[in-house]
Amino acid sequence: MSLFGEVPQATPVAVFKLSNDFKEDANPKKVNLGVGAYRTDEGQPWVLPVVKKVEKIIVADNSLNHEYLAILGLPEFRSSASKIALGEDSPAIQENRVGAVQCLGGTGALKMGAEFLRRWYNGNDNTKTPVYVSAPTWENHNAVFANAGFEDIRPYKYWDAEKRGLDLDGFLGDLESAPKHSIFVLHACAHNPTGTDPTHVEWMQVAEVMKRRKLFVFFDSAYQGFASGCLDKDAWAVRYFVTQGFEMFCAQSFSKNFGLYNERVGNLTIVARDSDNLKRVLSQMEKIVRVTWSNPPSQGARLVAITLNTPELFAEWKDNVKSMADRVLLMRASLQAKLQALETPGTWDHITQQIGMFSFTGLNPKQVEYMIKERSIYLMASGRINMCGLTTKNIDYVAESIHETVVNVQ
Amino acid sequence: MALLKSSKAISSIGTFSASLGVLSTRNSSWWGGVQMGPPDPILGVSEAFKRDTSPKKMNLGVGAYRDDHGKPFVLDCVRKAEALISSKQLDKEYLAIGGLGDFTKSCAQLALGADSEVLKSGRNITVQTISGTGSLCIGANFLSRFHSASRDVYLPKPSWGNHTPIFRDAGMQLKAYRYYDPSTCGFDFNGALDDISKMPEKSVIMLHACAHNPTGVDPKPEQWKEIADLVKKRDLLVFFDMAYQGFASGDIDRDAWAVRHFIEQGHKIVLSQSFAKNMGLYGERVGGFTVVCNDAEEAKRVESQLKILIRPMYSNPPMNGARIAATILNTPDLYKIWLEEVHGMANRIIKMREQLAANLKNEGSTHNWQHVIDQIGMFCFTGLKPEQVERLTKEFSVYMTKDGRISMAGVTSSNVGYLAHGIHAVTK
Repeated sequence: MSLFGEVPQATPVAVFKLSNDFKEDANPKKVNLGVGAYRTDEGQPWVLPVVKKVEKIIVADNSLNHEYLAILGLPEFRSSASKIALGEDSPAIQENRVGAVQCLGGTGALKMGAEFLRRWYNGNDNTKTPVYVSAPTWENHNAVFANAGFEDIRPYKYWDAEKRGLDLDGFLGDLESAPKHSIFVLHACAHNPTGTDPTHVEWMQVAEVMKRRKLFVFFDSAYQGFASGCLDKDAWAVRYFVTQGFEMFCAQSFSKNFGLYNERVGNLTIVARDSDNLKRVLSQMEKIVRVTWSNPPSQGARLVAITLNTPELFAEWKDNVKSMADRVLLMRASLQAKLQALETPGTWDHITQQIGMFSFTGLNPKQVEYMIKERSIYLMASGRINMCGLTTKNIDYVAESIHETVVNVQ
Repeated sequence: MALLKSSKAISSIGTFSASLGVLSTRNSSWWGGVQMGPPDPILGVSEAFKRDTSPKKMNLGVGAYRDDHGKPFVLDCVRKAEALISSKQLDKEYLAIGGLGDFTKSCAQLALGADSEVLKSGRNITVQTISGTGSLCIGANFLSRFHSASRDVYLPKPSWGNHTPIFRDAGMQLKAYRYYDPSTCGFDFNGALDDISKMPEKSVIMLHACAHNPTGVDPKPEQWKEIADLVKKRDLLVFFDMAYQGFASGDIDRDAWAVRHFIEQGHKIVLSQSFAKNMGLYGERVGGFTVVCNDAEEAKRVESQLKILIRPMYSNPPMNGARIAATILNTPDLYKIWLEEVHGMANRIIKMREQLAANLKNEGSTHNWQHVIDQIGMFCFTGLKPEQVERLTKEFSVYMTKDGRISMAGVTSSNVGYLAHGIHAVTK
């Protein structure tokens, strides 16, 4: 008789299962368009040159040790990371009402924010506050908020499958009808999985409704720099909301833009009304951190802090980021051109209009299955592809495969 | 907690800003109802210490090892491992949710022993965690979700301060069993047995594998045997917390004896391990969580559920520290150096215990300080009362936790005299 005899087998996380299946596929032409990690044109992971440089600096520095960081993390990391999101000259920072919690990746930042909100937002321990996530959204958003105790997690209209773009009316409609004080998880840029971002004008409309209806702004910023190649451009929405006077959270990830995936480098930036409120919020964040991981890992944060705070390294990092973004833009243009040349049925402009690592191809589940089974091209059931999986060597095969799939499978 | 809508009286009107809208002023905030949280009882001590300007100040708060110069100690095997890793130029791809395979395997082996039947049959699942805290957090939440037979977790009295909020936050009910006997500054064996005999079946009992925190009081092997028997009779779920393997006696296998004995006796334990102290990897957050199951099939089911727990917390664990630990554990030369260095750290602490007791005698203290020598591991439960602790901090700038616990790791041959002087002053 076992204590765990009743524990059921859980279904595996889809995106990791996909990678597993890809690994086991023997087809030499196989292509992995699944997991969201950058790949070079040789299809290899890429450790940023600036990261290699800074790692050497760290290893050589005998004055560094492995002591505990403070509960909220490395101060130089937290402040410089927040500056990246809000801008060097952000008035909110100058007014001392911006704070941060170093967290384990973007996931950790979302978790800390969610745990705090459940305890302290809209009353104490109010698990009934609705949390809205975009339809569709990163599949882990739901679980993060559910595990923090929120009972009511709802979709807000976002992706218009027919026109393959933003369903602005639907989005604004859901904002208007959401109960006051609802929490909205917004993708700062390079929406995952659709790659479709609101325009500036559309963001302004969103902000207006959210302010009027007292909705809580929780940004998820996992791709700053990666979307357009420019850090400031990618942070436009976050900064606009700050100018509009919102108190808000912004979960930042440095997994993609620093290529530091496995070092778990994230930051929860908190914009409060004033420094007094901020202080109390941070003190309660400490308590949540203490029962989860006590204090965050130092290696990745050190690396990012050194880079962001050293002018030549900062410049080199921005270059590295731009080169990743540029390769993605090149693959987008290439794929779209090839599909057009093949005269593949349908319109394919969305491939170049969408932004960031992902593209929502519009392929339906049956077509996705065909791609995987018949062509050994691995993509998510939603039709999402990771542009980074495309290279100059495999793009013809992928384009032809999409063409064949669309023509033969409906 | 009352479900109060957070309301902050709009007191002095600051500037109305058009962009903030008519209804809000600078003073109205979502967070008006957020109270100031108290400083952490353990980590808060270090922060208070940092603010103190006295040249004689001593930080005996958090359990972080210091060398005889009072400096943080980076192990030689760690530096060597780092150099090795650096030369390999590895990528930074995400680890699996359960962590680095090389690490989890050797982590389990370290605790259970290389020849463990559990490892051979594959009936354990070991995941990489964010050090000991992260391991306990995952364990507490796993039990909360899947151990429907009981909500009760019995902690020894006293236990590590952070145990209580971790389990409470996971939705478990905290209870206690007698452990520390203040009259002997030793183990209340009979009290513990008595309390264990009354625990409802299927309750969770937390056991410190070695070097009990905060008391430094460990059961002797014969006592462990009796506890194991009684726990089996009561059909309790054993949760071992092993944060100091190697640090207690200086011997890895000796320190894991209780864990291995319980497993041999058929207990299906859950186990938290930390490499913060024994490898000095504090800030790298290296730990493991193990569930010993019936068989490999059950282990697979449990593993799948652990992943479901971990993914919404932080997706997957950090690489750096686990890579260092795995390199040390799996490279014979480095492993050998590590064992020596752990032994060295434990020995320095034992020496400091002896010196502290001797110095207290020299100060003319008439109290019995034998427990300083008898207790084991990083901590010493001095027996000081809160008022005495407060005086020690205020008058002598000696920082420690309110319960009278001092970290012997913070004592050096140059400050042990000062410490004895201070302790004597507040206890005479």
